[in-house]
Amino acid sequence: MMKRIFTTSHRVIGAHYLQLSLTAVAVGTLLSLLMRIHRVWPDTPLPFYGILKPEDYLALVTMHGTLMIFFVLTTAPQSGFANLVLPAQIGARQMAFPRLNAAAFWLAVAAFVILISAFFVPQGAPISGWTSYPPFSAIAAAGPGQGAGMDLWLVSIGVFCLSSWLSSVNMLATILTERCPGMTWTRLPMTVWAWLVTSILTLLVFSVLLAAIVLLYSDRHFGSSFFVPLGDIVNGHIVGRGDGSPLLWLHLFWFFGHPEVYIAVLPGMGLATSLFANFTRRNVPGYRTMAAMLVLIGLLGLAVWGHHMFVSGMNPYAGTAFALTTMAIAVPSTVEVLGWLTLLSYGGLRLKTPMLFALGFLSFFIAGGLTGPILAQPALDSYLHNTFFVVAHFHLVMAMAGVFSIFAGVYYWFPLLTGRLMNETLGKVHFWISLIAAYGTFFPMHLTGLAGEPRHYERLSGPIASFSAILPAERGITYSALLLAAAQLLFLWNFISSARRGQRAESNPWQATTLEWAPEGFAVRVEHGPYDYSVPSGEAKFIPQWEAASKQE
Amino acid sequence: MLAPALLPAGATLCLFRMPPNASLHGIATDGLMRWNLIALLACFTAAHLWLVVAIFLRKQSTANAVISQQKKNNIVPNAAGKSQQAQPPAPHHAFSLQWLLLPILCAMYIWMAVTAQHLWAADRFEGPSPGAMQVEVVGQQFVWYFRYPGQDAAFGITRPSLVNAATGNPLGLDPQDPRGNDDLVASELVLPVGREVDLRLRSLDVIHGFFIPAMRLKQNAVPGLVLHVHFTPIAVGIYPILCSQVCGSGHARMQAELRVVSPSAYQDWLKAKEQQHQQEAAQ
Repeated sequence: MMKRIFTTSHRVIGAHYLQLSLTAVAVGTLLSLLMRIHRVWPDTPLPFYGILKPEDYLALVTMHGTLMIFFVLTTAPQSGFANLVLPAQIGARQMAFPRLNAAAFWLAVAAFVILISAFFVPQGAPISGWTSYPPFSAIAAAGPGQGAGMDLWLVSIGVFCLSSWLSSVNMLATILTERCPGMTWTRLPMTVWAWLVTSILTLLVFSVLLAAIVLLYSDRHFGSSFFVPLGDIVNGHIVGRGDGSPLLWLHLFWFFGHPEVYIAVLPGMGLATSLFANFTRRNVPGYRTMAAMLVLIGLLGLAVWGHHMFVSGMNPYAGTAFALTTMAIAVPSTVEVLGWLTLLSYGGLRLKTPMLFALGFLSFFIAGGLTGPILAQPALDSYLHNTFFVVAHFHLVMAMAGVFSIFAGVYYWFPLLTGRLMNETLGKVHFWISLIAAYGTFFPMHLTGLAGEPRHYERLSGPIASFSAILPAERGITYSALLLAAAQLLFLWNFISSARRGQRAESNPWQATTLEWAPEGFAVRVEHGPYDYSVPSGEAKFIPQWEAASKQE
Repeated sequence: MLAPALLPAGATLCLFRMPPNASLHGIATDGLMRWNLIALLACFTAAHLWLVVAIFLRKQSTANAVISQQKKNNIVPNAAGKSQQAQPPAPHHAFSLQWLLLPILCAMYIWMAVTAQHLWAADRFEGPSPGAMQVEVVGQQFVWYFRYPGQDAAFGITRPSLVNAATGNPLGLDPQDPRGNDDLVASELVLPVGREVDLRLRSLDVIHGFFIPAMRLKQNAVPGLVLHVHFTPIAVGIYPILCSQVCGSGHARMQAELRVVSPSAYQDWLKAKEQQHQQEAAQ
C-alpha cells in the first residue's frame, strides 16, 4: 500500500495528478454553482448554511479561482497528462528525476490540503480574489478572511510554486536528455513541444510568484513594507509605515499571471493538433511553423502582463507598449487557428468523442481568443476592465478551452490507463450538452459586461446602481451553469463504468502514430515524423513512429 | 432544461448594450467598440462556418489531391490500385487560403491597435486643458469622497494621522494649511455639463476601482499614488459611480452618484455647499 502511494512511476503519478485535479474541479464547480445561485437569489437561505454574507460570496470567488487555475488548469494538462504520456511519447523509459517528480506531486497535494483548510479557520477563506492585490491582502484588518485564511492561501500557493517548479525541472530535463535515438526536434509530437514551452514558462514565472508571495508574507508578519504605502489607513489604524508600492505586486503577480494562461492552454493546443491530425488522417500542414508558433506564443506571453494593468495607475505609455505586444500575440495564435482550420478542411473527419472535444476546444479558443484584441486596446479596456466581459473572455479561452482539451485527453488516453475505451454514446451526449451549456453560461456574460456589470459583485442591486435589467440574463446563466455541472455527472458515470466494464481496447485503438501507443519492446530508433497519416504503408494507411524504416521500402 | 437556458441567452443578444454614453471622449470609444465587436463577431461566425463545413465535408479532397499529385509525377496506379511510389498528397488549396487570410487578419489587428492607441493617447497621454476644473476623488472602504478646492483653486494638505470621519474630517485635512480652509468635501460628484474636469484619484486604504460606466471612465484609486484622469460630461443626468476593484465585504455597495447639471445649477449647488461649510466652521 505504501509502495503504491509513494511510487516514483511516472504513469501512476500522472494518474494521481488527474485524481487531484478531479477533486479540485469538483470542489471548484460546487463553489461556482453557489455563486451563481446567490447572484440570482441573494436572499434565499442555503440548506445547512443560511444566507450567504457578502464576504462569503467573495470567499467563494477567491477559492473558485484559485482551485481552478492552480489545481485544475495548471495541474491536469501539464503535470497530469505529461506524466502519463510524455516519457512514452519521446521513447524514454522513465522521467529524468523520478523521486523529484514524486516529491512535486506530494507538495501539490499538501498545497491543496492547506488551501482547503482555509475554509475552516476563524473568519474563513480569503476574500481578495485569486489575484490578492495588496494592501487588501497585506492587512489582516482589511476584511474577514484576510487573517488566517489569507495566510493559508499564501502558504498554499507558495508550496504549489515549489511543486510546479520541481515538476517542470523534471519535465524539462526529461525532454532535453531522455529522448530515444532518432527522436529529433522535428519528430516531436506537438504535445511535447507544448510541454517544453510550458515547463520553461513554469520555471521562469513561478519563481517570480514565489518571490512575490514571500515578500507579501513578510509584509504581513515581519514588519516589512514592500507593498503597503506610507500612511495607509485600514479600519481606522495607520498601517503603512514604510514606503511600499501596491503596483509592485501587480507587476510581479501578472508577470506570473499572464504566462500562467499559456501554461494552462498550450498543452491543449498541442493535443488538439495531434488529435486533428489523427482524426482527419492527415499530416499536420506546416509542422515546423506550428511548433515555432507555440514557442513564439510562450515567448511573447512573457512580455504582455501589463495588459492586466491598463487602468491600475501604470504609466499610460507603458499601457501602449503592452497593448502592442499583446496585439502581436494575436498573430501566432491566428497562425495556429488557421493551421487547424486548414487541417480540418481536408474533410473526412472521424467524429469520435476525443475529436469532438478537440473541436470544442477549437471553438472556445476562437470565441474567447477573438475578444482578446478588444481587451488589448486600453481605450476599450478602460470601459471593460473588471466587468463580466473579461469574465466571459477568460472563461472561454482559458477555462472552457482548457477543460475541453482535458476531456479530449481523458477520452483519448483512457485506453492507456485502463485498457478499455470510454462509451462513445455517453461521450457524445456529454460533449453536446457541455458545449451548449458552456456557451449558454459564458456567452451572455459578454453582454452583461457590456452593460457595465463589474466583477465580484455579490448582488446586482446596490444603493445607487441597479443591474436588475440584466436579471433575466443572469438567470439564464445560472440555469446554464447548473446544466453544465449536471452534464459532468454523465462524464463521471462514463469514466467509472467504462473503467470497469468498458469495451476492451486494441493495442492502438485510434490508429495513432505517436509512441505512447507503441507495443511493448518496439525498436528504440525513431525514423518517422509524428504525424505520418495518409501515407500508404502496406495494409495500413499510416506509419507509426515506432515502425522501422526498412519495413516500408 | 435546455430551453430556459438558451432563450434568455438569445434574448440578451438583442436587448443589451452599453448604457448611453454621456461623455465627450465616449463618442469615439463607442464607435471603436461597435466596429470591433462587429468585426470580431464576423470572424467568429466565419470560423465556425468553416468548422461546420469541414465537419460535413467528405474526404474527397485527399483522393483528388493524391491523383493530381500522381498525374503530376507521372505515376500510374498499378492493377491493385496502389501507386508504385507513394508520395504525400499535394498541399490542399486551403493551405494557400491560410496564407491569404493571415495578412488580412494581421492588417485588422494593426488597424485595431492604431485606432485604439490614437484614442488612448488623446485620453491619457495629454493632460487636461488649463481651464479644466479640479475635483479630488478619495476611496475608502466602502465610500467615495469628493473634494472641491474652493475659491483658491488649491487643495489643502491632508495627513493620515488626522483622518477621522466621526469628527467631520474624513480626509484628514490639516487645519494649519490655509489652502484647505475653503475645501469642500461631498459624498456626491456634482459637475457642470460641458466643462472638462480633471479628477485626482487617491485611496486611503486599499486599491479601489473608480468606474463611471456612462462616462466610459475607469481608473484604479491606489493608496500611495495620486492619479489623474480627465473627461468632459456632455449630457445632464444622474449616473452611478461604482467600485470596480474588489476591496472588501462592502465592495458591491461602494457606490456614489454623479450628477451632471447645468452651469447655473452647479453654481447654486456650490454656493449652498460653501455656506454650509462656513456655518460648520463658525460653530
